[in-house]
Amino acid sequence: MVRSPVLFLAARYLLPLLLIFSVFLLLRGHNEVGGGFVGGLVAASAFMLYAIARSPSAARRLLPVSPPALIAIGLAIAFGSGMVGPLSGLPVMTGVWLAEPLPVLGKVGTPVLFDVGVYFLVVGICLHILLTLAEE
Amino acid sequence: MEQIILLGVTLVFIAPVLRRILGEWAAGIYALLPLSALVYLIIQLPEVLKSGSVVTHVSWIPSLGIDLTFRLDGLSLLFSLLISGIGFLVVLYAANYMHGHLQFGQFYAYLLLFMTAMLGLAWSDNLIGLFVFWELTSVSSYLLIGFDHDSLKARKAALQALLVTAGGGLALLGGLIWLGWETGTLEIAQINAQGELIRSSAAYLPILVFVLLGAFTKSAQFPFHFWLPGAMAAPTPVSAYLHSATMVKAGIYLLARLTPALSGTGAWSTALITAGLLTLLVGAFLALGQTDLKRLLAYTTLAALGMIILLLGLGTPLAVKTAMVFLLAHSLYKGALFLMAGGIDHAAGTRDVDQLGGLARSMPWTALGAFLAGLSITGLPPALGFIGKEYIYETALDTSLAAWLVPMVFVALVSVTAAAGWIFLKPFIGQRKAPESDLHENSILLWLPPLLLGGLGVLAGLFSQATADWLIKPAVGSVLATDTPVKLALWYGFTPMLLLSILTVLSGFLVYSQRRFVQPFVSRMTAALEAISPESLYNRALDGLKTLAAWQTALLQNGYLRIYLIVVVLAFTGLVVLAMLTRVILPAPLTVTSPHFYDIVLAGLIISAVFAIVKASSRLATVAILGLIGFSVALIYLMYGAPDLAMVQFAIETLTVILFVLVIYKLPKFSRITSPRARIFDILVSISAGILMTVLVLIMTLQPLESKVTSYYVESSLPEARGRNIVNVILVDFRGLDTLGEISVLALAAIGVYALVRFKSSAENRISGKSLLAETEKPIRVTAHSILEETVIQSDRSGRMKEEGVEK
Repeated sequence: MVRSPVLFLAARYLLPLLLIFSVFLLLRGHNEVGGGFVGGLVAASAFMLYAIARSPSAARRLLPVSPPALIAIGLAIAFGSGMVGPLSGLPVMTGVWLAEPLPVLGKVGTPVLFDVGVYFLVVGICLHILLTLAEE
Repeated sequence: MEQIILLGVTLVFIAPVLRRILGEWAAGIYALLPLSALVYLIIQLPEVLKSGSVVTHVSWIPSLGIDLTFRLDGLSLLFSLLISGIGFLVVLYAANYMHGHLQFGQFYAYLLLFMTAMLGLAWSDNLIGLFVFWELTSVSSYLLIGFDHDSLKARKAALQALLVTAGGGLALLGGLIWLGWETGTLEIAQINAQGELIRSSAAYLPILVFVLLGAFTKSAQFPFHFWLPGAMAAPTPVSAYLHSATMVKAGIYLLARLTPALSGTGAWSTALITAGLLTLLVGAFLALGQTDLKRLLAYTTLAALGMIILLLGLGTPLAVKTAMVFLLAHSLYKGALFLMAGGIDHAAGTRDVDQLGGLARSMPWTALGAFLAGLSITGLPPALGFIGKEYIYETALDTSLAAWLVPMVFVALVSVTAAAGWIFLKPFIGQRKAPESDLHENSILLWLPPLLLGGLGVLAGLFSQATADWLIKPAVGSVLATDTPVKLALWYGFTPMLLLSILTVLSGFLVYSQRRFVQPFVSRMTAALEAISPESLYNRALDGLKTLAAWQTALLQNGYLRIYLIVVVLAFTGLVVLAMLTRVILPAPLTVTSPHFYDIVLAGLIISAVFAIVKASSRLATVAILGLIGFSVALIYLMYGAPDLAMVQFAIETLTVILFVLVIYKLPKFSRITSPRARIFDILVSISAGILMTVLVLIMTLQPLESKVTSYYVESSLPEARGRNIVNVILVDFRGLDTLGEISVLALAAIGVYALVRFKSSAENRISGKSLLAETEKPIRVTAHSILEETVIQSDRSGRMKEEGVEK
């Protein structure tokens, strides 16, 4: 990949912005346009931008856990959110909500948790595939 | 009873862990399963004798009528006593037999799985519950037969057993469901009460056929008998437990259990008598040609199974009584003899009867156990087998078919007696010979179980009336659904049966002594008939299936991406067109409104982009234009009120462009490698697909838009799901389960891509390329190579290709 100094520098600043934006998309999804899928895709795009600007291994170093681990974490959170219902005798995947909305996050419940799981999973999947291909 | 099943399941999962913690002493914990079952059964015996049955119930899927109902009556008591009693001894025996094996824990996991499943089968009073346990026994049998998985013979035998029994199991499922449908219930007790209804319904014959298919495959009746000798590839404790004493009796158990519902017709009797008699004769005859101890035992087991089926087919109270007595006797002596064979193998180093002799002096305890069991199998007093044989003759004489039935039974029993002599007598008497020079008695764990089982067989005969009262009478009562008196004694006076028994033993001894003539003769005859045997038919059918699969795969999956696309597109187009022509009615005529300016701009953008792609010569340009098309489509979504979708499309398009760019690194430049005729064909295919999609979309837009689903979501999204974004709410809340499934699939896809990419590069470095993954990537390599070759050839020939510099 051709090294472009503009891209190199821009990526360094765009990455955190894009990540914040992706979390923003994730959290507003329940009431406005957004959601876990789009949030995850934007986050993945952010890392891929960094990978193109620098190198795939640099992008990998930025990740706290490896992409397969992200996939596993995402699946675990998603499944876990479904299992909250049975703990109080409700059927699997019943939406269980906290009574009062929290200040920044808004209403918190198992569907939001599910969305978070989807977010991690999408990030993990996209990065797993793309970084593997980029390193070939 | 369900607690015992639960205990079994738990032990199955922790068996390997226990082995790692406790070493081979874990066998003591494993033995808890059969022991607890045994204790439970003994405790419940008085209750069963008094009131007829003990029933417990666990709800599973009440709406479908599928529950785990467990019923302990005479029949299931007899069976589960055999399963748990023999199972307990086998667990102890195997602790020594499998000593030092690396997969000791896994072996017991499979064995305990089988035991749990078999107990569930015996106790189950619900058709579907029974079927679940039935299939579990097939699966665990497969795992156990193929336990020595390095041996090709074992693997093939395991697969053969699985295919035959599972194939029968499929038929059984159909029969059971149909039976449940006809009677309106899946509970066996209620079904058995509707016997008249079932027998007179039009569905009786098909139901019978399916159920018999299941029972006959499991109990190795002719012509499905051939998997049983092959199953001898399993470790000997497995053969003793599964393939003589318990699993193969499952089919018999099923038929006995459903006797009130299905028996009493000509079809039932004919089918069972024919199959049973054929199996009896085939098993007895083929046994005479064997040299391996285990195969001798396998064929005599076949004969015994045929005998019991024959008796059930005759169906009279006397016949059913005989069947139960013989079943008990056979389980005891066959289990004992199998364990003894394992002990001999362990000590002497061979199972070949012709290489063994005079072991009694060195292995006295094993010999004693063999002798006791031998009394029962040859039908000598005071063993239970003697009583069984008397009753067999009495039943045969009592029927209207006695004229030819008795001689056939006689011939079969003579052969079995002779074979039995070779099993339990010949290795122990006479000149001492064995491959192993240091010959000594085995550990107590190896000779005590057969001794106990053989001893039990003799005790049951000595205390015959107790056996009758506690075990046989309740069992017969369950099978016939009425109370039947049972009297068993060792001495009835000088009856024709006694005469026949004596004759059998004498003739059997005669055949036994003439082994050097009999065995090779039978063996040669068997080999001559090999071509028409059911086993060779099975093998030929299996090979034919594999050839068909290979041909069809080579045809459709030949490695050319172009062919795949054409097949997929044509199939899709054809089927949809067919559906449209026959089913679709246009609800309203097509109205065309005048387009807005942004419609025109976007449409023009996309169409010109398509033309640009077709004309493009560099792959990077193609990818970029594809991205442009994707973004335009996203704009269309945005213009028409689907912002979530548009946003996702934007993001995906970005990532897809990146993905394609990463991939095109590997591919050579565009080149023309197909003939003009092929290209015209391709154009026609793609145009037809495009027209189809257009028509589909047009038809879809004509469908009425208002639906109850939409209004439901609009109304309940905020109050029930606390969200205003209906699309997202549907994804994570209303249809959350679907989303869960989809993301699991996505995760799998990511892992698959990783595996394909990574394994491809490592397969290229491998010297010997015979692996599944190597063969998967071969088509990709072939395609790439052929493209490269053609490129070179084309560039030489036409001289048109200009090197445009390395493209990045």
